Amino acid sequence: MSVVSTGDVSEKTLQTSDLIYKYMRPEHLPQIWCPGCGNGTIMRDVVQAIDNLGLSRDKTVIVSGIGCSSRAAGYMDFDTIHTTHGRAIAFATGIKLANPELEVIVIAGDGDISAIGGNHLIHAARRNIGITVVVMNNNIYGMTGGQYSPTTPTGDYGTTAPYGNLDRSFDIAGLAYGAGASYAARGSVYHVRETIQLIQDGIRNIGFSIIDVASICPTYYGRKNKKGSAVDMLKWQKENAVTMEQAARMTDEQKKGKLIIGVLRQAQYPEFTYQYARLIARLAKEREE
Amino acid sequence: MGMTKELIINSAWCKGCGICAAFCPKGALEIVNEKVRRKEGTDCILCGMCELRCPDYAIYIESKREESEQWVKSY
Repeated sequence: MSVVSTGDVSEKTLQTSDLIYKYMRPEHLPQIWCPGCGNGTIMRDVVQAIDNLGLSRDKTVIVSGIGCSSRAAGYMDFDTIHTTHGRAIAFATGIKLANPELEVIVIAGDGDISAIGGNHLIHAARRNIGITVVVMNNNIYGMTGGQYSPTTPTGDYGTTAPYGNLDRSFDIAGLAYGAGASYAARGSVYHVRETIQLIQDGIRNIGFSIIDVASICPTYYGRKNKKGSAVDMLKWQKENAVTMEQAARMTDEQKKGKLIIGVLRQAQYPEFTYQYARLIARLAKEREE
Repeated sequence: MGMTKELIINSAWCKGCGICAAFCPKGALEIVNEKVRRKEGTDCILCGMCELRCPDYAIYIESKREESEQWVKSY
C-alpha cells in the first residue's frame, strides 16, 4: 500500500484505528516484529500516553538505537531518529540540550540500553536530563538471533549460553534508580493500562525518567527457555506480577521469580537543561557587569 | 443520537498470535487459519481489551456518529 498518512483522521483511508492513523506511519505497517512480540503493544502504549497528554507531534522527538526495539522510530510518525547501537541517549541528550522545549522520548531494548549503552544510561540518569526512556525489555538480543543480554536471568538459555547463563541479570529500573534518575518505574506488556499511566507520568516528570517495560520474545527467549507461546508468556506476567507495595511486604525468598511492577522512585532533582540555561544567563550577566 | 461502536478486524495485519482471543473477557474471538475472527454465538461487549493488547493493531473499536446525526449535521 502506498497511501501516505497525513495524520488527519478525517482523511483516513486505511483500515486502522484513529490512534494508529494519527501517530504512526500506517503505510509501513504491519510491522516486521514476530507474531506475539510485545514490542508492538509497548509502542502503542507510548502513543496512547502521548495522546492522553495531548503532546504536539511537532514538539515530540522519538529516538531509537539498534535492535528489534529500534524499529519503533520508523513506525512512529513524529520527528524520529534511528541512531547507532547504544547511543540513543547520547543523541537524545544533544537534541534536548539544543532545544529544551522538545519532549524527547527514547525507545530502546535491554541490550541497547544496558549493555552497549549502559554508560550513557547511568550518566544521563546522574545528570538528570529531562528525557524519557522507554525500555522494551525482552531479556534477549532478538534481532541478531537470541544471544543472552544483561537482563537474561541467571541459568536461562540463549544461543551464546547453550548451558545456561552464568551472569546475574541487571534490573534496569533499579540501575537507573541507583544512578540517580528522578523517575524510575517498571511496567509489563500484560499490564497495558498501568504501563500507559507509568509512561504518562514519566513524560510529565521534569527530569530523567525511565520506564522499564517487561516485553515478551516468544521467538528466541521463549523458545530457548521453553516458555511456551506468546499467550503463555503473557499469562506468566499476569500470574507472577506483584506491585511495589506488595513487594515491600515480601521476603527476598518470596520475591524470587516475581515481576515487580510500579514506581521505584518519583522525586524532584534539578534538571540539567534548566541548570545549564541558568548558568549561561549568570555568566552573561557577569560579563555585562 | 450519540455514537455507535463497532469491532473492526483488519485481517491483512493479523499475524494470528492469539493474544486477543486468549484475553477476550467474553471469549468472543477465535483464530482460524492464523487469522482472528468473531466466534459465532458469542457476545462482543466492545470493551476494547483486544485493541489494547493486539501487538499488530489488527483489531480495534471504531466509534461512528449515527447516520441520523450525520444527516442533521450536514443539513
